[in-house]
Amino acid sequence: MTVNFRTLHRYLLSCIVIFFLMSAGFSMAGTAPNAKLDEVSRLLMSKTFDDKSRALDVLVEQSQPRTAELLHLLLDSRLYYHKKEKQLYIIADYDTGKIAIDLAGAEQLIKKKRDYKKIILNNNLRGQINRILAELGLNSNDPQQRENAVRDLLKDITPDTVLALKARFTIEESKKVREMIRIALAINDMKSSDEVLISNAIEQLNGSLEQESRGALVTFIDATETLDTPEASALNKQAQIALKGIEDKVQYYGWLETLYFGLSLGSVLVLAGIGLAITFGVMGVINMAHGELIMIGAYTTYVIQLLMPNHIEWSILVAIPAAFLVSGLVGIAIERGVIRFLYGRPLETLLATFGISLILQQAVRSIFSPLNRSVETPEWMSGLIQINPVFSLTLSRLYIIVFCLMVFVALLLVLKKTALGLQVRAVSQNRAMARAMGVRSNRVDALTFGLGSGVAGIAGVALSQLTNVGPNMGQAYIIDSFMVVVFGGVGNLWGTLVAGLTLGVANKVLEPWAGAVLAKVLMLIFIILFIQKRPRGLFPQRGRAAEG
Amino acid sequence: MKTFKKTLLSAACVLTLSAAAQAALAEETIKVGILHSLSGTMAISETTLKDTMLMLIEEQNAKGGLLGKKLEAVVVDPASNWPLFAEKARELVSKDKVDAVFGCWTSVSRKSVLPVFEETNSLLFYPVQYEGEESSKNVFYTGAAPNQQAIPAVDYLMAQGVERWVLAGTDYVYPRTTNKILEAYLKLKGVAAEDIMINYTPFGHSDWQSIVSDIKKFGSTGKKAAVVSTINGDANVPFYKELGSQGVAASDIPVVAFSVGEEELSGIDTGPLVGHLAAWNYFMSVDSEANDEFIDAWHKYTKNEDRVTNDPMEAHYLGFNMWVKAVTKAGTTDPAAVQEAIIGVAVPNLTGGYATMMPNHHITKPVLIGEIQDDGQFAVVWNTAGTVAGDAWSDFLEGSKDLISDWRAPLSCGNYNVKTAKCSGQNF
Repeated sequence: MTVNFRTLHRYLLSCIVIFFLMSAGFSMAGTAPNAKLDEVSRLLMSKTFDDKSRALDVLVEQSQPRTAELLHLLLDSRLYYHKKEKQLYIIADYDTGKIAIDLAGAEQLIKKKRDYKKIILNNNLRGQINRILAELGLNSNDPQQRENAVRDLLKDITPDTVLALKARFTIEESKKVREMIRIALAINDMKSSDEVLISNAIEQLNGSLEQESRGALVTFIDATETLDTPEASALNKQAQIALKGIEDKVQYYGWLETLYFGLSLGSVLVLAGIGLAITFGVMGVINMAHGELIMIGAYTTYVIQLLMPNHIEWSILVAIPAAFLVSGLVGIAIERGVIRFLYGRPLETLLATFGISLILQQAVRSIFSPLNRSVETPEWMSGLIQINPVFSLTLSRLYIIVFCLMVFVALLLVLKKTALGLQVRAVSQNRAMARAMGVRSNRVDALTFGLGSGVAGIAGVALSQLTNVGPNMGQAYIIDSFMVVVFGGVGNLWGTLVAGLTLGVANKVLEPWAGAVLAKVLMLIFIILFIQKRPRGLFPQRGRAAEG
Repeated sequence: MKTFKKTLLSAACVLTLSAAAQAALAEETIKVGILHSLSGTMAISETTLKDTMLMLIEEQNAKGGLLGKKLEAVVVDPASNWPLFAEKARELVSKDKVDAVFGCWTSVSRKSVLPVFEETNSLLFYPVQYEGEESSKNVFYTGAAPNQQAIPAVDYLMAQGVERWVLAGTDYVYPRTTNKILEAYLKLKGVAAEDIMINYTPFGHSDWQSIVSDIKKFGSTGKKAAVVSTINGDANVPFYKELGSQGVAASDIPVVAFSVGEEELSGIDTGPLVGHLAAWNYFMSVDSEANDEFIDAWHKYTKNEDRVTNDPMEAHYLGFNMWVKAVTKAGTTDPAAVQEAIIGVAVPNLTGGYATMMPNHHITKPVLIGEIQDDGQFAVVWNTAGTVAGDAWSDFLEGSKDLISDWRAPLSCGNYNVKTAKCSGQNF
């Protein structure tokens, strides 16, 4: 018992001593570096970027507890200085914010906004900050962050980073991070003159897709090309084999990437064209205002985002039915107002709808201004899935591919499984017979046109995430839409899907060697030739419907 | 009979009087033509310039007009239709009898109206940066020539350590000529052919996936790469969106653009673009008294605090002030007299310093490089020490390096070959 007491006593004593030491340390940390912090802020407020770069160096040398915080503030452009007071302030939101906080934590009311100037960075400074953050991140608790940190450090390996990496390697537990560090060290070893080291390094780099690994191998091969000692040429050969292996892999992923790009371009084409496949394909109306219906869908998205500024994340989901309704109603108005008087006169329909398209464009210009509107991309749609350093899938495109397939399936179900679908098919096959059977063909015409227009509106929602939302956006898609529908075979949804995806992939395969302009020309020529051979497209309608 | 005669007489009197009054009314105004598209594709950029001109004219009238007369704006809409530009220009000059025209945006619209202005010997102020290789007696180029925008931008990037270059542009005359000049310039500076990648895309190109991916590959060889973009108008939004979604950060591969200003950025979410660059002669963010006043006036005129100002607006501001000064100096609005008087006229820039009209009808401008910020504005990261005089004929192109332009009395030539000492008389 007494022994226990004694140990407790000792324990308490040591605790007190530690506490004292710590508080002394704290107060030291509290005063001395503050002078340095002033130096840092003075340099940061300077006009030249050299001074700012020096400020970063000072920050690193001092290894302040707040270094990371300050760097993040700089990167997010939340660090300001007062023009006259010459003091740094943190302003969370400059546009609407009312309060500036100085580095000691004291709050201040913003009286005149223009007095607070942002600390401006340039790209080199941003690079420098990212490197410092990477070095700090090397000891983060999150393995993913550590991996990214090593990847950042790969770009420029200095003796300092090698030391830091080696130190980390001895305590690193994550397999992926260890692998990453091995590659980094191997890249560094490629610069040495020890043959065994180099040979091992090449072995390590074999199969690594990091661009720096390739860079290191290429530099090594170039450097040893002219040496003709047997050891050097053996190493050169080994490096060349490793490089060949990597390049084969890169090429393979290149093809995958092209395929992905093609599919995503294809699904944009399908989305734009599938509404037209209904109005043109099923009803036989040449609707030149189809692009403008897409535009109306995109503007609906914009308006929805204006209406719910605090729920941008969900605005897209609300916009889909809204755009369907708005574009669909406009479509029905066009059909009831103009097109129904012109059935059977395709040339006049063409001219009338072209006129409508101009009216809609100018109407949008008058209502929303001729400038493009900015539609925000929700957080969950931006970013990419990095599969490996040379192959990644952009999330927004992935969503659009999925969305396109969903729209396609939904339309197919509507046409095949609902009463409306049955009537639409009946009217399009034989109008007189359908009417005789009691189908109100006028109503069906209006609803079909509304359906096609509504789908165009949905396409507009998707396109607002990829391209401009402006008065001219419809024109960019009208030709593509007709191309897809004609190529796929008039009156066939499957044809539209296959045609859109084929054209997308073919375009992307052609583009790298023909250029964007020529690729498009080649596609058009191909379609013209194809139509000569098969005038009814990929999937022609057969039987009695074809004659109608 | 008598009464009839009387009435006739009084009617005649009234008629002559009213005619005289009308003549007097017409005398009182100086007409200024505004030739900018208010509909069609180019309305996106040109409508703003029309408003700028109306604002400047209103301000000038508030100051008491010009030569004791009020200014009157005549606005026409050429509807982004190039042949219509020529028709509307003729209408302004011949029918409305305007004393000067401010207008055009695209080079093709300028080329379309050029013969009209030369034939009728009237004046056009052209406010947009362009490819150079032109100097007309009747046109005043208040936007940048390539040596006032493209070349300094490339110099800046070189100083930042860029070794590989992607020249990406829309497929028409401005990007093609600018890229030809830049390619010659880069090769002169010792850049190897395999380190230059040139890419053209059609107007309104919207699918940038493979091109951005190519740029990414081009920039991953270890040497630092940059993109010099002459991509025009609408195609920029999907281009920048694709850069953002493929994760091309400005600190890896910066993009410097010559056609992207504050107005274009107002249609994009600029978060992922921070750090990409633009080269202009004016930025809204420049901190100067004159600029603050101009922005305040613009906000007041448009009754909208969110409207941005941009480089072509400043060009119109300069061109208009130069014209006002030249008319005051000449004491008349007669185009021939103004043409003579305006050379050497200097007016203050919005960003500090003075813009002077040179004998080749181009003006002196400071060159600024700005980085895109997350609020849709540019922060100036570099600027030339003084102003740069616009060069009509590029020094880096075979056919044009021996040409100079000087519209002052003895030479009076837009295309003078210093080697053969001949004036070809052709202006473009």
